[in-house]
Amino acid sequence: MIKPYTNKAWYLVLPVFALVAFSAIIPLMTVVNYSIQDIFDANTRYFVGTEWYREILNDTRLHDSLVRQFIFSGSVLLIEIPLGILVALMMPARGPGSVVCLLVLALPLLVPLNVVGTIWQIFGRADIGLFGWALNSLGINYNYAANPMDAWFTVLLMDVWHWTSLVALLCYSGLRAIPDAYYQAARIDRASNWAVFRFIQLPKLKNVLLIGVLLRFMDSFMIYTEPFVLTGGGPGNSTTFLSQTLTKMAVGQFDIGPAGAFSIIYFLIILLVSWLFYTAMTHNDGK
Amino acid sequence: MNWMAWTTPSALFFTGIGCILFAMTCWELKSPCVARKGFLPITTTRGDRLFIGLLSSAFIHLGFIGMTELSIWLPFSVAVVWLFIVMKWG
Repeated sequence: MIKPYTNKAWYLVLPVFALVAFSAIIPLMTVVNYSIQDIFDANTRYFVGTEWYREILNDTRLHDSLVRQFIFSGSVLLIEIPLGILVALMMPARGPGSVVCLLVLALPLLVPLNVVGTIWQIFGRADIGLFGWALNSLGINYNYAANPMDAWFTVLLMDVWHWTSLVALLCYSGLRAIPDAYYQAARIDRASNWAVFRFIQLPKLKNVLLIGVLLRFMDSFMIYTEPFVLTGGGPGNSTTFLSQTLTKMAVGQFDIGPAGAFSIIYFLIILLVSWLFYTAMTHNDGK
Repeated sequence: MNWMAWTTPSALFFTGIGCILFAMTCWELKSPCVARKGFLPITTTRGDRLFIGLLSSAFIHLGFIGMTELSIWLPFSVAVVWLFIVMKWG
């Protein structure tokens, strides 16, 4: 019997659509409205057209944070994705060891963002922090509050500590989903470990890696709390990322119009890069 | 609606987007589309091409606003032509 085919299942998406409309679409539309007006208070606002966009697009402070943001997100992906795969490959597949590994890996994910910042702020201090003190005792001049390179290193290390687990857990679940038959076939062919990884595990991990890359990209591109607590954007502006610049503008100076324009540009960049990642990783699926 | 700080241009913009989405839905119901390959390097459906066209249009506008002092209608016309090209041959 041929099953009737309809599109009625789409109605099931309606509740989600309503929720997303309230939590994302309507606020986003409001931001668009803000971005083309000069707002003084609830009743006094003037239409300014594209003025804020022009100002934002030519603001060197924002160019600098955008460049820093891309370097940061790029480094995060380059470190965390391979490291996460490596950790997942080294984890025991079954037995009590795997449970312990999973628990340990899940721990950093449970720590609230501002607590992560505080942990690393104290951990990295040269006088009372174990990490900073140890480095300085080894003769390495390390001070994340004064040296931009040290600040960058600490922010990156903190992010790697916090989020590599996520990639590792995703990859671990992906690895466990590969049927044993593949490995048996590989053994019959006397495939090397590298060949097993390259032609069995990596292709099978593609879907979880796609989620991992997207989540880590979006999350690191929006990072705010951790560097804010750890370095406050300093020394100077060396670890001021986009969201921190935006917050300063919107909440600190209360420039709703420029901040709105900035948010829209920010949103468009995230949308573009996420779409590029998604397309690059899925466009061969149909072939 | 005052809290959303509506202006006529932004209302027109969102109405336009809404109309496009509605028209695309009707079109899809009337004649479901088949994914195909045009001049873009990937296989796309009609909706994909609309998304690509709209997103690139946004960047066309930003480019014109950021780099030139020209009227907003110029990038708008470029974007409309570009959207048409992507939808037809993309």
